[in-house]
Amino acid sequence: METAPFNLASFYDFLRQKRLMGTRCTSCGRVWLPPRAICAQCRVSRMEWIELPGNGRLVAFTSIYVAPSKLAAQGYDRQHPYCVGVVELENGVRASARILGVDAAHPETIRIGALLRVEFPSGGQTNEVFLTFRAMEQ
Amino acid sequence: MATTKSLSRGVAVVGAGMSKFGVHKDKSSRDLFVEAYQAMSASVDRGFDLAEIEAVFVGNYSSEFFEGQGHIAPILADAVGLVPLPATRIEDACASSGAAIRQGVMAIASGLHDLVLVGGVEHMTSLSTAQVTDALSAAGDMGFEMASGFTFPGIFAAMASAYMHRYGMAPADLHSITLKNHANGALNPEAHFTQAISDIMAARMEAAIKNGSPLPEWKDENAFLEDEAANPFVAWPLRLFDCAPISDGAACLLLASAERARAFTDDPIYVIGSGQASDYSLANHTDLTNMRATRLAAQAAYEMAGVSPMDIRLAEVHDCFTIAEIIATEDLGFFAPGTGYRMAEDGVTARDGPRPVNSSGGLKSKGHPVGATGVGQVVEIWKQMRGEAGPRQVKVDVPLALAHNLGGTGSSCVVHIFERR
Repeated sequence: METAPFNLASFYDFLRQKRLMGTRCTSCGRVWLPPRAICAQCRVSRMEWIELPGNGRLVAFTSIYVAPSKLAAQGYDRQHPYCVGVVELENGVRASARILGVDAAHPETIRIGALLRVEFPSGGQTNEVFLTFRAMEQ
Repeated sequence: MATTKSLSRGVAVVGAGMSKFGVHKDKSSRDLFVEAYQAMSASVDRGFDLAEIEAVFVGNYSSEFFEGQGHIAPILADAVGLVPLPATRIEDACASSGAAIRQGVMAIASGLHDLVLVGGVEHMTSLSTAQVTDALSAAGDMGFEMASGFTFPGIFAAMASAYMHRYGMAPADLHSITLKNHANGALNPEAHFTQAISDIMAARMEAAIKNGSPLPEWKDENAFLEDEAANPFVAWPLRLFDCAPISDGAACLLLASAERARAFTDDPIYVIGSGQASDYSLANHTDLTNMRATRLAAQAAYEMAGVSPMDIRLAEVHDCFTIAEIIATEDLGFFAPGTGYRMAEDGVTARDGPRPVNSSGGLKSKGHPVGATGVGQVVEIWKQMRGEAGPRQVKVDVPLALAHNLGGTGSSCVVHIFERR
């Protein structure tokens, strides 16, 4: 059983190890992402880590044309938008994530309901890690 | 869940005023707060003695980000001569001053104070658009929600995508909110933008003629709003004119106990309902096409006031983005889910319609100095209820009005209901 603290640092450590992990309340069974130590449904503090399904569907999205400064520094701007969205995993858990494999410059072509698969970060430990999904159909 | 809550004693607004919202490069939060305080003072019919004020509550999102100034409440209290009174800053992102009103209401209802100053202020334009984008993003969950590259407009844009998918709304259906709120702002001298969209088009046309550049070929206002050059995307489907501007401004209210209210004016506006709620980050909202925090805050306020949504004649709602006004008018119970945009298109929420929404111009046109917005909404309600809104005075009589102030990614909401007796 995983004994990592039920927090975001652990979540991102797992992600670097190519594992998509959430927390499940051992009292009521509700699964949470982002991970949390106290269940917001039954208020009990008995969590466990569980592996989440890597497949899901796009339920909301946008193409960002005015980027925050960190992403602007990476070259994203009005001519080079990127897509972010809300993913609903096969078990119903939702998360916000970067969406790859879609044409962010033509958001009218992006479909709600599109099948997505988690894409784990590559690169060294120093690289900034965030949740990313890639569209499986195009 | 809980029984209906009530105020232990009545509370009234006895004065309200604001600075002009807009770009004030040469002024600080402190300067704008002084202007709002002076405007508020001038609105108190019988005047008041500064020495009677007992506490100061100020809404402000982040003077640290925007001006490098923390701990701003005592500085603002000092600027208007109210040191050594208790002075507290309230922060709930864009709902900061709605939350400050609630603190002022509670301070009076509890019996602790009889007369309090409630204000809100933000000075945002000294930062670049990218820096403001960063600062506002910080009102979301930076560790998870925003880490993947979401921005503040992006959150509302994603909600718009889910709403369009469910209800069949088209991106162009958002224009009715932009057109209405600019038309209202054109009649509000304190608004950031005092131009209707047709005025903006005419000004650009004139500039093109003057500069000898190619003349734009807009056949109407909708064509202007669909023109990528004139109205570029910020976060699809939201374009520049779907977004409230980056503004500087301040607003102030004087709140009194109901029993003392008529010492200051014959025409006080009573606070009869107050509700506030919180919510998770967007992905964990129970429904991506509405705001549960709005629904819960409204429910609490309606129950306290003993009124229903149909009783509300005028509302100032939090249109940080066009989609936010559409969703708010549904969550507040004015319209059924999925119909808010049609009601706006049909003129139901127009200034001369049966249920005016954002007669001030809303955040879109009046401006959105985030910490000042919640109190700024009540300044409009004060003027409209008392028949003092001049050329933008609504046609309907307004015995009951509502203010809806949203914070962050919908994770805070404050609703107040006002009555004129």
